[in-house]
Amino acid sequence: MQWETVIGLEVHVQLATRSKIFSGASTAFGAEPNTQACAVDLGLPGVLPVLNEQAVAMAVQFGLAVHADIAEVSVFDRKNYFYPDLPKGYQTSQMYHPIVGPGEVEITLEDGSTKRIRIHHAHLEEDAGKSLHEDFHGMTGIDLNRAGTPLLEIVSEPDMRSSKEAAAYLKAIHSIVTYLGISDGNMAEGSMRCDVNVSVRRTSQDPLGTRAEIKNVNSFRFVERAIAFEVERQIELIEDGGSVVQETRLFDPDRDETRSMRTKEEANDYRYFPCPDLLPVVLDQAYLDHLRGQLPELPADKRERFQNELGLSAYDANVISASRDMAEFFEAVHSVCGDAKQSANWVQGELSGALNRENLSIANSPISARQLGELISRVLDDTINGKAAKEVFQALWNGQGESADEVIDAKGLKQVTDTGAIEAMIDQVIADSPAQVAQYRDSEPEKRGKMIGYFVGQVMKASRGTANPQQVNGLLKEKLDALL
Amino acid sequence: MYEKTLTQLAAALKSGEFSSRELTAHYLQRIEKADGKLNSFISVTAEQALKQAEVADNARAAGTAGPLAGIPLALKDIFCTRDVKTSCGSKMLDNFIAPYNATVVEKLNAAGTISLGKTNMDEFAMGSSNENSYYGPVKNPWDLAAVPGGSSGGSAAAVAAGLVPAAMGTDTGGSIRQPAAFCGITGLKPTYGRVSRFGIIAYASSLDQAGPMARSAEDCAHLLGVIAGHDGRDSTSVTRGVPDYVESLNAPLSGLKIGLPKEYFGDGLDPDVEKAVREAVKVYESLGATVREVSLPHTHYAIPAYYVIAPAEASSNLSRYDGVRFGHRCENPTDLTDLYLRSRAEGFGEEVKRRILIGTHTLSEGFFDAYYTKAQKVRRLIRQDFLDAFEDVDVLMGPASPTPAFDLGAKKDPVSMYLQDIYTIAVNLAGIPGISVPAGFSNGRPVGLQILGTHFAEAQLLNVAHQFQQATDWHLQRPAFAEEYA
Repeated sequence: MQWETVIGLEVHVQLATRSKIFSGASTAFGAEPNTQACAVDLGLPGVLPVLNEQAVAMAVQFGLAVHADIAEVSVFDRKNYFYPDLPKGYQTSQMYHPIVGPGEVEITLEDGSTKRIRIHHAHLEEDAGKSLHEDFHGMTGIDLNRAGTPLLEIVSEPDMRSSKEAAAYLKAIHSIVTYLGISDGNMAEGSMRCDVNVSVRRTSQDPLGTRAEIKNVNSFRFVERAIAFEVERQIELIEDGGSVVQETRLFDPDRDETRSMRTKEEANDYRYFPCPDLLPVVLDQAYLDHLRGQLPELPADKRERFQNELGLSAYDANVISASRDMAEFFEAVHSVCGDAKQSANWVQGELSGALNRENLSIANSPISARQLGELISRVLDDTINGKAAKEVFQALWNGQGESADEVIDAKGLKQVTDTGAIEAMIDQVIADSPAQVAQYRDSEPEKRGKMIGYFVGQVMKASRGTANPQQVNGLLKEKLDALL
Repeated sequence: MYEKTLTQLAAALKSGEFSSRELTAHYLQRIEKADGKLNSFISVTAEQALKQAEVADNARAAGTAGPLAGIPLALKDIFCTRDVKTSCGSKMLDNFIAPYNATVVEKLNAAGTISLGKTNMDEFAMGSSNENSYYGPVKNPWDLAAVPGGSSGGSAAAVAAGLVPAAMGTDTGGSIRQPAAFCGITGLKPTYGRVSRFGIIAYASSLDQAGPMARSAEDCAHLLGVIAGHDGRDSTSVTRGVPDYVESLNAPLSGLKIGLPKEYFGDGLDPDVEKAVREAVKVYESLGATVREVSLPHTHYAIPAYYVIAPAEASSNLSRYDGVRFGHRCENPTDLTDLYLRSRAEGFGEEVKRRILIGTHTLSEGFFDAYYTKAQKVRRLIRQDFLDAFEDVDVLMGPASPTPAFDLGAKKDPVSMYLQDIYTIAVNLAGIPGISVPAGFSNGRPVGLQILGTHFAEAQLLNVAHQFQQATDWHLQRPAFAEEYA
């Protein structure tokens, strides 16, 4: 039987503000426990929150980037529950009047097709601290460094129909927030976390099935795996005559399964109400216009421009535009060499391969965009051939030389295009290979094409790779055929 | 020295009649002698006070002292003070020392005033009699069998008994004005947002406001000028400038339009209290004011609305007292739930638990709209009542409390206690300022006249109160206790 999967995502993005959303304490990751928590973060008596304007600006930028309605008035609410790493006994969030209203994001699937995913809303809230259960002799340690870190929770509509779409959506959100510079998007450090709502139904005409919410799925890969497991679990359950219960589940990446955390009946009553310590956030048109003016070109626009103006394939345009750093590197390479296709090939091929091997980000590439652009220019103007280009790339990567030209000169890699010089080398190779020449002469004409490869190799070797391969090929054929 | 008002003391310090050290020692001695009977202080910080006095005297000698430098004051134990315990009248915070000063405390320190200590109060400011304190009830110096009012009962009793010239209180539903009335002193609740709430332990955040409690409106004017103003640490404090409250005290009252809300003179009002208030209004007429009756039609919804909104906010504000990071923690908790349950059961008193339960209930799913949302609508109507009234009159006058101070232990039923605040609570819901001034006696217990103004009309309220105190001497009367015991 055919089933339809319905997926909605709640993505928590940690905003890259310097200080916390309601206090002046630092948000830097990895400090000693409880060294970055001030009286406000600790929830001491009498202290009050003061909203960080930068967090508001970042939320608005996200809203503008996904073409959302920005609320003229948004309100912070308290979500009340007891937990040791929640110092005040409530989380300050936005329940009834979130800052970002309905919007949409375009995702690109592997086959190059696109789909629009609607965003229900996005709201600002504060993060909780962390409970540490190891190394405390059976007790729990509380680290409140993370308490009060600003989060933007982005809630999608249930518009995704496969784990691939969910992963593509998460990647699209990741692109947008890193393009905007409002988050470092580092999933390993928890800068982006995701709750996945999954349900299944027999046909798209049926009402939505009962959903399970999978909490804290922290990588693109885990999102796909958690959904795959959960969909299978739900279908089996229904096909065996059971029914899905509304519950919160936890994904265990080690066992590749989801487990029940709590059912709807066990869920907290959070007793939301407007936070009386914070004023409503009122935004005027001038403020929105100001932020709109500061928006960078976004991934979808870049993708479109790469395709339409630079002639990249849909696939290349999508891959390169997914990361702002990669897109900007590509554009810088292109501005030097002028050839988009070659720039895309080098950035995605040789450069990405080398970066991956050494686990470097493109921002830390040992080769600059200028160096790579000049290298490509030398290929394009026939100064060097493809083989030599790879050698130059390696030399630049290793820091042996400032520019492609310097490496080409130092290593004598300049391509030999002088017909006389190439002919001399050919004559020498023919003279040194009487047996091969005889074999060539005695072969059937249709087999000679293959045999010419041997002679090309010898000539290239003689030129230490610098001879122009096309010229070598043409001249060899002429000279060998003259011997027939 | 204790006979003098704060204004007179400031003049005496300036003229060198005595030093701040002498003055401070004088009050510390009075506290030492009398407070065993009153129980108005939770902490007395004698050593620190004398040091501060020396600093003030030195500043005076150097010519750098401000007008209030060297004046001893007391702080309700709800204002956080660095290095001195801030208990909020609760066992929960009996061990709590804040690592910061409330903004009000910072401003008073900057003005060079001296803190003699922290005054008793109803636990977490929840109460109208000061009987809800972990540190025991406070007695009224006019009659030791009577309550001083609450929740700022310690501040009111200490000022009335001459143990300190003035004190700071907070007012969420009448907690400055009602004890001021019961103890025969002057107490001002400013407009919500006029004084920073930073460092004041929260009861109901949308209603809490700090203000001065002293012998006269003039004293209050001096103190409000020090503590008012915007604070970057409190988003709800307003940026509006602070006027010179002293300068405008002597403006004439001719042409002043006084409104008497008919709902404030109805059933349940003690006849002696009504008589005193109507006499006071006559004094105003003699000063050139005109009087008319007005209506605040939603007055009777104020107490129900308050007892939804305040407990709702309190239930959330008091969640942080969980035994995890500070405050009372139960012995040997067996697990997290046990830690929460016993720490809170042991640390909070009855009334606090009652309000947490009410607030938790009214915010619950299925009840929220019927209670909280409805109460907020009522709150808007109450505010509008006042704004409408201030279209026609300049100030409103009425009793601060329906009765004079009642006997300790007299009000066992919480609802009868809640009804004490019938004339004060609506003012907090509307966010407007109010002042209570002494206006007579009923069987030897003081009666307070409450004067209300529109938002940010503190200067006018102080002017109106001051002119009354120029024409009468109710505010200068002292309980016999002040002579006998201290």
